[in-house]
Amino acid sequence: MTEKSGADILIEALCDLGVEVVFGYPGGAVLPIYDALFRSGRIKHILVRHEQAATHAAEGYARSTGKPGVVLVTSGPGATNAVTGITDALMDSIPMVVITGQVPTALIGTDAFQEADTVGITRHCSKHNYLVKDPAKLGDTIHEAFYIATSGRPGPVVIDIPKDVQVATARYTKPGPIRHKTYRPQIKADQTSIEQAVDMLAAAERPILYTGGGIINAGPAASQLLRELARISGAPVTSTLMGLGAYPASGEQWLGMLGMHGTYEANLAMNKADLIVCLGARFDDRVTGRLDAFSPFSRKIHVDIDRSSINKNVRVDLAIVADVGHALEDMVRVFKARRHPKPDLAAWWQMIGEWRAKKSLDFPEVDNDIMPQRAVRALWEATHKRAPIITTEVGQHQMWAAQHFGFDAPNKWLTSGGLGTMGYGLPAAIGAQLGNPKALVIDIAGEASIQMNIQELATASQYRLPVKIFILNNEYMGMVRQWQELTYSSRYSESYSDSLPDFVKLGEAYGWKGIRIEGLGQLDDGIAAMLDHDGPVIVDCRVAKLANCFPMIPSGAAHTEMLLQASEVSGEMDDEAKALV
Amino acid sequence: MHITKEKASRHTLAVMVDNEPGILARIAGLFTARGYNIESLTVSDVTADKAVSRITIVTSASDATMEQILAQLDRLIPVHSVTDLTALGPHVERELALLKVSGTGDHRIEALRLADVYRARVVDATTTSFVFEVTGGREKIDTFITLMREVGLCEVARTGIVAMARGNASI
Repeated sequence: MTEKSGADILIEALCDLGVEVVFGYPGGAVLPIYDALFRSGRIKHILVRHEQAATHAAEGYARSTGKPGVVLVTSGPGATNAVTGITDALMDSIPMVVITGQVPTALIGTDAFQEADTVGITRHCSKHNYLVKDPAKLGDTIHEAFYIATSGRPGPVVIDIPKDVQVATARYTKPGPIRHKTYRPQIKADQTSIEQAVDMLAAAERPILYTGGGIINAGPAASQLLRELARISGAPVTSTLMGLGAYPASGEQWLGMLGMHGTYEANLAMNKADLIVCLGARFDDRVTGRLDAFSPFSRKIHVDIDRSSINKNVRVDLAIVADVGHALEDMVRVFKARRHPKPDLAAWWQMIGEWRAKKSLDFPEVDNDIMPQRAVRALWEATHKRAPIITTEVGQHQMWAAQHFGFDAPNKWLTSGGLGTMGYGLPAAIGAQLGNPKALVIDIAGEASIQMNIQELATASQYRLPVKIFILNNEYMGMVRQWQELTYSSRYSESYSDSLPDFVKLGEAYGWKGIRIEGLGQLDDGIAAMLDHDGPVIVDCRVAKLANCFPMIPSGAAHTEMLLQASEVSGEMDDEAKALV
Repeated sequence: MHITKEKASRHTLAVMVDNEPGILARIAGLFTARGYNIESLTVSDVTADKAVSRITIVTSASDATMEQILAQLDRLIPVHSVTDLTALGPHVERELALLKVSGTGDHRIEALRLADVYRARVVDATTTSFVFEVTGGREKIDTFITLMREVGLCEVARTGIVAMARGNASI
């Protein structure tokens, strides 16, 4: 067998792994890889305009297709620019492999041009990372990296490849199935725990299924199994931000999202439940609110593939370490095998009905001004039959999208949950569109966030990707302003979006169609015009400037202390509350 | 507003890991990144092929944090196993220290006498100095160092704790 260069080994291994798309940006330390890519012609490369966007695009691709996203960037600034997206993927458990060029091995540690300690920098923001110093180990390392990125709790894996390793030659053979010597995620749950969980669920009087992004990661079958478990148990279902779509928003047992901007019924049900079944979620601080007041009357079951998620924030009564898809399958099977009758939850549903009657997502309409919630609902009305993929940036618009755009299927909702990365939405939309060429992909954005990766307009133009950007433009970093109203007596320190570009002209400059929507009368027509255009469109939708996102559980408050409308907002908070994120 | 700290107790952990570059940084970085304490950390390869290292970590944490530390360590890809020796039961803890004592006259004689009591060995000597080697539990070494300060101690080097469970079971 002949030897190949490290760069050729990399490309061949990627092909063996079924990689179709790589998001990247060339530079000095990856030139051999780019040449191998050019000569091979077997992998589509998407040239982004900033490495951070390559990582978010890979996340969008991964989240919408279930396949790992692949990133290729150069050493030094290429790698450091990718760090935000790597961290984002770690927080949201997105399978991603990031290949970074490195200066030649002999120059490592000499402060060489474009040298950065990539494995050092990414050690704690990746699931795992490698510095490959021997081309003979490159092939196996790449296969192992994909295995680690995609199995267990998915996450980003970084492979740092010095330039001389890309040029030096070695043999490559495609390895067989990987059996890692130390890393063996537990996929199947312990059977007695499953039986215990099912019995607890069948016996509960006020159960609630609290679902999260783990169900999306477990694949579409897991979403179907969740629906089945909900059906046979009769339990209400709520979800974290990351889990939206696993249970359909149009389903009868759907309570809406829970947590800081969750619905009244979801949070009250969590508070009054006698059993919480947490499925692939992690009791994040946005979900629990004040910990010592979190769901005081419930027993708690936690299904998670990551043992370190269990008892991290909230102590649970029954821990099940497993892939949530497998656990759901087992629970449904055992529930049926034990012939548990559908529990009588009439009294529980009556309580929930009273909370629902509060209509906590209702918002005041203002004459002619477009309320941002109204805009999201209009967008849903116009598009939901096409099962669009929605991405978001981070802030008020993100929460309004989560609250008012109903998702009926998994893999349709791509948002930066854990890290809260402004600038995520546009590149994620690009990645999602590449993975789903026929889908309608819309980035619901804010005018501040969208500017953080605005250069990616060019990427969509280059690859003729018909993504839509729908900006809810209120001329404020709205969530910052909202917190300043709540916490700092409306001292708007640096939260006004000054000197905004003309988004219509900006879009046009990049070859996009630009549409401006001003006033309620233009809303439906503007959305229709956006959908009619088969290329990329940027919509500057001018919304009510001072609208705030409710309901809201302020930092450090309990689920029972929700603010439902602006009039309940106080002017200044004490230091304990100010210190919370 | 004041920042409160939770109650902590001391645990000794044995962590078996792949002997690969960066593993120590991974472990130490995990502790700093998540705000855990390290009182002492020792590492050395322990298998014939030098492929596996044993890291002994002494940490102090609340029970809940301790559970997290074990789970977080176990989550690192190159970690083979994590054992909380303190929770496991009786175990032996040993540390080695080198102490340099300088002086003449009565101090010198007293230093030798104390060393004898603490079963410290002289591993280097000049007419004005000794280097003692002492092994034992942390408390014994702490006490020995305190005593030697009074008789001319001028330099200390300690290895940190290594530990092993008693009995015939192995990890």
